[in-house]
Amino acid sequence: MRYLYYPGCSSEATGKAYDISTRAMMEKLGVELVELDDWNCCGATSYFNVRELDSFAIAARNLAIAQKQGDEDLCVICNACYTTLAKTNRYIEESPEVHEAVNGALGAVNRSYDGKKAVRHIMDVLVNDVGIEALSEKVTRRLTGIKVAPYYGCQYSRPMGAFDDPEFPTTMDAFFTALGADVITDYAGKSKCCGGMMMLTKEEGALRLCHELLEGAHKAGADVIVCACPLCEMNLEGYQPRVNKAFGTDYDIPVMYFTQLAGLAFGASPKALALDKQIVSCDRVVAAIPA
Amino acid sequence: MTELATTAQARELHRQFCEDVMSMPGGEKINICQQCGTCTGSCPTSYLMDWGPREIIGAFRAGMIDRVVKSNTIWLCTSCYSCTVRCPAGIKITDLMYELKRMAIKYDLAPKDGKSPAMTKYFVDSVHKHGRNHEVELMAKFMLTKDWGLPFKFMGTGLKLFTAGRLPLFAKNIRGREELDKISAYLEAQEAKTQ
Repeated sequence: MRYLYYPGCSSEATGKAYDISTRAMMEKLGVELVELDDWNCCGATSYFNVRELDSFAIAARNLAIAQKQGDEDLCVICNACYTTLAKTNRYIEESPEVHEAVNGALGAVNRSYDGKKAVRHIMDVLVNDVGIEALSEKVTRRLTGIKVAPYYGCQYSRPMGAFDDPEFPTTMDAFFTALGADVITDYAGKSKCCGGMMMLTKEEGALRLCHELLEGAHKAGADVIVCACPLCEMNLEGYQPRVNKAFGTDYDIPVMYFTQLAGLAFGASPKALALDKQIVSCDRVVAAIPA
Repeated sequence: MTELATTAQARELHRQFCEDVMSMPGGEKINICQQCGTCTGSCPTSYLMDWGPREIIGAFRAGMIDRVVKSNTIWLCTSCYSCTVRCPAGIKITDLMYELKRMAIKYDLAPKDGKSPAMTKYFVDSVHKHGRNHEVELMAKFMLTKDWGLPFKFMGTGLKLFTAGRLPLFAKNIRGREELDKISAYLEAQEAKTQ
């Protein structure tokens, strides 16, 4: 099993651990990831504020490179990168005018894109390509007794809902159930917004959203919150002290990339999964996993 | 922020806005909004907004362009797409918010002290400079120009992130970063041709 791999900009900074743990986990699963050559920023949500066609063309540069580099699907780990790249594909498919304009722009840099590269979220790849049964068989340390709050975030399945329900996604639940964890399947905030970039531009609004998410996990008795997006992870983990200050709470909930917790189950070491890069210590979660 | 001095100016702006919104894929669906308010009810930040998304669509259609572009609404949209997936009329409300943000920036109507427009600008600058967004540069620029207090509020976490190697000071440049400028220049030239 082989995929082209798009790490995204955060993987070089705040979200480093997501990239590192993804590679380590996939290696344990025997899935080969080939990094997309000279990839550029997908444009994320910010670029859409400048010009729509620009954002599609910038995102499509990556898809054009992927088309040239290999026949494999493009596997994406960050929710925002995934939605931006997949949305670009969809608009290209829906609108011949967009496709023509994008190809015109790509032509200016001697590239072209046929609109056919499949963009896949890593969870889609795991659950639907590797498969729940195979995943369960690969487990070397079952996550028995670990209470997991699966936090999907907004752009995991919205707006497209390509591989999971846009409102009430369940793929991550199924994934961690296969790994033996005690999944909080009714985690109320699972697809609610963390505030995203708003943490920098309107902090009180974003803190309130994060508070709701942390409170929900706390009330459900979660040992750990798992994320599939660098911005979600950063807000929930990095800003936990700010939430505590603003709301008079004393949350100390470990937050991991889902690949970190899963990597432990597949036998990777905490160090190989960059668990030392977390701000809220995950030691007690690691220690609680039966050997 | 530019003042919309005359009604004629506002009308012209409205015409331009309508044209741009209608040119988006699916943009014409704004005509069939029945003002049910599902968008506002679904929005996680609507309580902070001068006008909720429902009101923005209503005001936009009524030609009250002042209200639309001067509201804080468009800048508080977090792109969570809750409204978009629930809208019974199939209006891509998140995309509409993007369009309104673009228009506000293009016609210099965004609030000058606004943090979101600045964030957008710095983000795009960073992408064109390096080919990728350099998070540290983005945050540093933002703090220097828009939020002096942020480094102090963020000090504890910032230090932890830094020592964990999660705040690299230097950006990596991609080989093809000039391609992004060329792509933008091409599209700008195309747009100039059609106008």
